[in-house]
Amino acid sequence: MADSIAFELVSPDRLLMSADVVQVMLSGREGDFTVLPGHAPVVTTLRPSIVEVIQTAGGETTRIFVRGGFADVAADRLTVLAEEAIMVDELDRATLEQRIQDATEDVDDATDDNVREAAKELLERLQALLEALD
Amino acid sequence: MANLKDLRNRIASVQSTQKITRAMQMVAASKLRRAQDAAEAARPYAERMEQVLASLARSVGDAEGAPRLLAGTGSDQTHLVVVATAERGLCGSFNSTIVRGAIKHIDKLLGQGKTVKIFCIGRKGAVPLRRSHGSYIVEEVVFEDVSQVGFAQAHPVAEQVLEMFEAGEFDICTVFYNKFESVLTQVVTAMQLVPAALPEAAEDEEDTNVDLGGAAYDYEPDEETILRDLLPRNVATQLLRALLENGASEMGAKMTAMDNATRNAGDMIDSLTITYNRSRQAVITKELIEIISGAEAL
Repeated sequence: MADSIAFELVSPDRLLMSADVVQVMLSGREGDFTVLPGHAPVVTTLRPSIVEVIQTAGGETTRIFVRGGFADVAADRLTVLAEEAIMVDELDRATLEQRIQDATEDVDDATDDNVREAAKELLERLQALLEALD
Repeated sequence: MANLKDLRNRIASVQSTQKITRAMQMVAASKLRRAQDAAEAARPYAERMEQVLASLARSVGDAEGAPRLLAGTGSDQTHLVVVATAERGLCGSFNSTIVRGAIKHIDKLLGQGKTVKIFCIGRKGAVPLRRSHGSYIVEEVVFEDVSQVGFAQAHPVAEQVLEMFEAGEFDICTVFYNKFESVLTQVVTAMQLVPAALPEAAEDEEDTNVDLGGAAYDYEPDEETILRDLLPRNVATQLLRALLENGASEMGAKMTAMDNATRNAGDMIDSLTITYNRSRQAVITKELIEIISGAEAL
């Protein structure tokens, strides 16, 4: 069994990260899970969340905010296709606040329940992120 | 013989035109770089998306409940033709080739008795189409003042297409755009958007990937829910890819067109300068003759 996973994070406009990593934490539609080398193959959709990537054992955690998308997991590789992805380090207060405002408007404008739920979830995540930033 | 002053004015005017075309060429060259980078950066996402979709589609197969975005509506009566062109002209035959390709396709469909609806993206495609096939146009989208097309532009268009599909307004959707081959060549490409056209060739490679560990894929939630989530996103992704390729092609075409224009202006300046010098010479000679013959007469 391999001792690392070939991890790739792509968003529609760029390839954000491509590296061999040891551990990735994801928030799937049906619950959070951690991918280690040798994980069972799975395809799942993701909630708006922060993906935590650990590149080397005991090393630093890279945090990336993803807004929806899905993950394709196999024993030795993991591909995350994010609708939108931003390195948490690159986030700043102003953009976050702008996004929260947009999300709030989305919640208000939503015409059906599914859309409203999705927007609400995103809003909560963004607010959590803003708090974490302080 | 042309007046010397007129000639001078003409040379000056061609020179200023040349300055403009040269500037436009340089702007196009730098924009091309960006557009090309954007098109290349979008490729991994679209490719992965295709792979995952292909493996999902295989496991769902042709089951009864397969999503219509994948399996189609079972009819091919109504076609939606999305024509993606540029916002601006002055890029050679870029817009007209797309329009011509689309019109050929539309006329073929009409000849077969199908219903055709046209969705225009970009001002330059809408104008000639309105003239010849105006009654078929159902929608026009213009990205004015957008310097770099991105997901933000592709997404609403995809939404609109999907809404129309949900409402049963068409069965098959095809996008026409210029695929970027190189700065000199752009190929008009028709890409089927709905139902999703999946690569068949990737199958072998995909199977070896999936077989790792001998375990079958788990789907969370189930295949169909994922597919339902994924397919609309695929429409947006493919559309974005088309728009980005188109953007790069446009800049490539513009660069070539402006390069030609600059060179033509140069040729024109040369020939005008020669004419100008000849006329000046002739005027001087004439004056000399007048002076000499005047002196001889004394």
